[in-house]
Amino acid sequence: MAETSQLIQYIESFVDSSRSPSQQAASLDAIASLLKNNQLTVETLVREMEGYLTTADNIIRARGILLLGEVLMHLASKPLDDAAIHSLIQFFTDRLADWRALRGALVGCSALLRRKSSGGIVSETDAKAVAESYLQNLQVQSLGKYDRKLCFELLQCLLERYPKAVASLGDNLIYGICEAVDGEKDPHCLMLIFHIIEILPQLFPDPLGPFTSFAHDLFENLSYYFPIHFTHPKGEDLNIKRDDLARALMLAFSSTPLFEPFAIPLLLEKLSSSLPSAKVDSLRYLSDCTVKYGADRMAKHGEALWSSLKDAVFTSLDSVLSFTPETLEGLCLPENEIAAEALSLLQKLIVQNTNLFLDLIVVDEDINMIFNMISSYKSYHGIPAQSKQRLHAVVCILSTSVKASTASCNRVFECFFSRLMDILGLCVRNSSGNLSPDDSIMIPERYNHGALYLSIELLSACRDLIASSETIIAASARTEETWSYLLQSFLPSLTKAFCSASICTSEDSHDADMYFGVKGLLILATFPEGYLLISKPVFEKILTTFVSIVTVDYSNTLLWKLALKALVQIGSFIEKCHESEKEPSYLGLVVEKIVSLSSLGDFSIPFPLRLEALSEIGTSGKSYMLKVVEGLEEAIYANLSEVYVHGSSNSAEIVTQVLKCYSDKVIPWIHCANGFEEVPLQFAIHIWNQIENSMVFNATQTNKIEVLDAMMKAMKLAVASCSQENQNIIAQKSYHILSSSTSFPLKELFQQESFQIVQVDNSSSRDEWILSLFAAVVIAVHPETYVPNIKPLLYLFMTTLLKGNVAAAQALGSVVNKLGLKSAGVQTDCTLEEVMDIILNLSLWIFQSNSSSDIEAKMASAHDISLINLCSSIGSCTSLQIHAIVGLAWIGKGLLMRGHEKVKDITMIFLQCLQPNGRAEILHQEEGISENNNELDLHHSVMKRAADAFQILMGDSEVCLNRGFHAVIRPLYKQRFFSTMMPILQSLIMKSEPLSRSLLLRASAHIIIDTPLIVVLSDAKKIIPMVLDGLSALSNDILDKDVIYGLLLVLSGILMDKNGQDAVSDSAHTITNRLIELIQYPHMMLVRETAIQCLVAVSGLSHARIYPMRTQVLRAIAKALDDPKRAVRQEAVRCRQAWASIASRSLHI
Amino acid sequence: MVSGLINANPVVYEKKERRLRNVATLPDEYVVEPIDQQEIFDHIRDIKDPEHPYSLEELKVITEDAIEVDDERSYVRVTFTPTVEHCSMATVIGLCLRVKLMRSLPSRYKMDIRVAPGTHATEAAVNKQLNDKERVAAALENPNLLDMVDECLAPSYG
Repeated sequence: MAETSQLIQYIESFVDSSRSPSQQAASLDAIASLLKNNQLTVETLVREMEGYLTTADNIIRARGILLLGEVLMHLASKPLDDAAIHSLIQFFTDRLADWRALRGALVGCSALLRRKSSGGIVSETDAKAVAESYLQNLQVQSLGKYDRKLCFELLQCLLERYPKAVASLGDNLIYGICEAVDGEKDPHCLMLIFHIIEILPQLFPDPLGPFTSFAHDLFENLSYYFPIHFTHPKGEDLNIKRDDLARALMLAFSSTPLFEPFAIPLLLEKLSSSLPSAKVDSLRYLSDCTVKYGADRMAKHGEALWSSLKDAVFTSLDSVLSFTPETLEGLCLPENEIAAEALSLLQKLIVQNTNLFLDLIVVDEDINMIFNMISSYKSYHGIPAQSKQRLHAVVCILSTSVKASTASCNRVFECFFSRLMDILGLCVRNSSGNLSPDDSIMIPERYNHGALYLSIELLSACRDLIASSETIIAASARTEETWSYLLQSFLPSLTKAFCSASICTSEDSHDADMYFGVKGLLILATFPEGYLLISKPVFEKILTTFVSIVTVDYSNTLLWKLALKALVQIGSFIEKCHESEKEPSYLGLVVEKIVSLSSLGDFSIPFPLRLEALSEIGTSGKSYMLKVVEGLEEAIYANLSEVYVHGSSNSAEIVTQVLKCYSDKVIPWIHCANGFEEVPLQFAIHIWNQIENSMVFNATQTNKIEVLDAMMKAMKLAVASCSQENQNIIAQKSYHILSSSTSFPLKELFQQESFQIVQVDNSSSRDEWILSLFAAVVIAVHPETYVPNIKPLLYLFMTTLLKGNVAAAQALGSVVNKLGLKSAGVQTDCTLEEVMDIILNLSLWIFQSNSSSDIEAKMASAHDISLINLCSSIGSCTSLQIHAIVGLAWIGKGLLMRGHEKVKDITMIFLQCLQPNGRAEILHQEEGISENNNELDLHHSVMKRAADAFQILMGDSEVCLNRGFHAVIRPLYKQRFFSTMMPILQSLIMKSEPLSRSLLLRASAHIIIDTPLIVVLSDAKKIIPMVLDGLSALSNDILDKDVIYGLLLVLSGILMDKNGQDAVSDSAHTITNRLIELIQYPHMMLVRETAIQCLVAVSGLSHARIYPMRTQVLRAIAKALDDPKRAVRQEAVRCRQAWASIASRSLHI
Repeated sequence: MVSGLINANPVVYEKKERRLRNVATLPDEYVVEPIDQQEIFDHIRDIKDPEHPYSLEELKVITEDAIEVDDERSYVRVTFTPTVEHCSMATVIGLCLRVKLMRSLPSRYKMDIRVAPGTHATEAAVNKQLNDKERVAAALENPNLLDMVDECLAPSYG
């Protein structure tokens, strides 16, 4: 048989230990697939292998048995007849005694025992035989790590799949397991062991069975591992973590109540250890054991548990109460892990055995001491720090007890609440039950803070208990609850106490008073609806108290913030829990009142505070936000029309603030919430309608700019948050108004063939507003939104941008950025290419027709430009040129961000401006310096602006062309621009003359500053000379200080980086010289400071490079020690030390 | 040198919290911030005691009030209090203070380091030693002494 010879080859190659592991695995797979495809029976295989299985050679026999075992692993679901399984398992069972060939036997047993039931499984008796052989023959702890793991896996398999068979082994089994696990240290094996011990008790449910007598021994084995101390180095055993082990051990601990007599004392002992992780673990284990051991067993340890728990909470809590508005809701979850675990354990214990633990709590001396303590201190701040901590701990314990169950809540209220009321000096509601008679009696100067604190937290816990219980108990049942009765009876005086605490305005009044007062009222107001603890009038009284604080008491900042925050909390509580009965009161009393603030004429409360109150209240719920938005918009419209018609500066100021609030608070909120799509749309449309209808327009010059800016911002944000369809509506509307109600000759522009600059300023200021607003709309729309009649708009924008309207330039940039995006089949009037041709061919941008540089020649040939020389033809040419450059820069930015190639043309224009078209001019002007000096200056400012255009190109803008305004942004566009521009600039700088050289350096500085540092780093060697030249070229002009600072930051970034240091090492000398110059830079402290920090970094470069410069540096630093600014002096001391320690001793002082 | 510590069990005090200077939101670029008491104190507070791992501030050897400074006249006087009267480390502490200030203040400053009156057995001798230029220079020529000073100063260059 050909097959037989091949089979033998496979067997040979597996058994031969000189073959590579991959060959062995391949032959194993081959044999397994033969068996699976029924080309080979198990019987034949065993026959063929007989020699290998029985040979006296230990190695070959081991490999042979392993082969058989591994093959069986592959056949878990292949049907085998019972006889074959029986004989195989018998074979492997026998082989367990053969310690030299053990691995194969273990693998084989596991493989057979794990067989799927569909293919025939090992019988119970055979399984029992395996277990017996295992217990008799295996010395697990003397085996290697991998074999031990196999042993434990086999054991686990036996316990899980043949519980009855192995359980019949009784004592033997448990004893064997004890022996096998003793002293194990490998984490993988430990995971198995913990699991084995976890399932073992289920085999012996009988309380008098064999397990009971061995429980102590077994637990002893386990207890060595607690608490888990896991020191395996990282990288090894990545799949097991300390937490996995701790969890597995916890399950083993809690697997049977029989462990209780040993486990609880051990855990309590470890709880008192000083190791935090041991404490946390003990508490977790105790929690788990509490649940699984049951009430009776835990009751024995009640007192010990309570005292350990109390200690843990008392010692671990360190947080002190802070009276900030942020902590108003959701106290007292301790951040400390130990305290948190301890409290959760306490809650479990109380749920399990309420009476026992509450008895302990009630009579506890420490708690009673705290109660005595608080009555002796009136003010919270008078309490010593340690007692504060203990008070906090008591609060945590009591509120946990309240939260545990209704019964415990009753008990705590019964024992402590009336005591607190006594301390506070409050009395029970009188029989008639109404408020008025005792209105006058006893309002103490100040309530006891400790008692206030405790009672507030108890109330809050009680509220949480109710809120968390799913079913609302019937009203009749409720009144029978003790806590409810007690609360009801003290409620009026308590409410009054909180009220008077919060509005207490005496001289020595305290933040604690207000905090407790407001918090108490807040908690009362947010009791769930089913529990009408407080009647409607009381609820409304609370609301009016808060509202009156917000509207009147604005001078007290903390109180004002607290009250506002409380109102917001109540609002969101009502919104969240659908409190239908409370909502009308809230709407009527709070929202209406606050909204009315926006339109109120009198200035009793500062306007910014009103706006803050409005926007905060709005955020508490959708329905309130709608009201708030209404109020805000009304205020905006009313004041805007004042501005339009009368030019009132007062209204202008107000409307600016309201608009700012609208764009900063309302629109972002709307953006996050769903279902408010209409609001920004309505807002935008209304603004447009209003400006359309206001034919009288008297906005005064002074306030105009601010109002317009705020309007444009709000308009942009509103439009940006609209959907595309709504944007279409707004765009249509605004275009209609732009074309119909202004004097802009849109139609004429459209028909015009050649472009003329409209010199006569015939547009009114109203037209300008409309145009600016329209520009805002264009800036903010989606790329898919349809903007009508692009071409005339282009002309319009370009004319206006030449007048210095930056918004128009930004709108143009947005248009070219978003136009004709391929993704959406958008209809457009013209393609991007056409638009670019229009823009470039207009040749506003060619500034010197008579000079003939190379670049310009190229430009001219590329675009066939008919030249209109603006420069020479118009008198005020410089400002016009500057406006043109700014406009072009924004257009270029739009192109650059979408990665369009035309941006090259635009940058070429800029470069051309920086280039010596100046040369001709300078020569020309040197002849008549005296007359033309002025013009040279002007021209220089244009060139400077051209250099600054690169800042616009590269910088991130907040006002347009960003993600918020749906700009098309190509990934890594900055990087790409950097790598194309830098070589060009570099070569230009090489051959340029002084004037344009400094401008070129300026341009490259802008690019370098705005490129991500990591990109600059990769090119550091080439960039460094430009950075250094830039630093020296720009350091003369005070206006360039920000550029200098930016460059220095890049330099320091390079110096801090490992690769950067290598790259700059050669130029250490130049760098140091440059930095020494900048130490004296007079105009900016940050520059001096950063220069010195850079010098510190330089001192880390290679010793040979920097050693020659040490005297020079130290001399310069000595001067910096006398710098006028403190921060610089401080850095100088550090720098001096860094350099002095590389110098010789004599220089050290 | 000396076997056993001179003050084996010094009282350690709490560190004073670093005062943040309330800088105006937009500080004027050209306003001069004169060198003041706190700045000098910041220079020397972290100097380590020669025989304990505590700073001079923690041992209350120096306090902010014990520093007199006059920026216009370029004069500073630091008065320090040794932990025990017979402390032979007083000269080393004084030397550390002097060296640290020499390295941190502009060269126009004249500094005067002295032991607080009545806190040291050989007060006059120590003061004389500390303010004698020649002797200070000579002390710093001694490599062992300089190493010791440098070790004490190391934490103060934070």
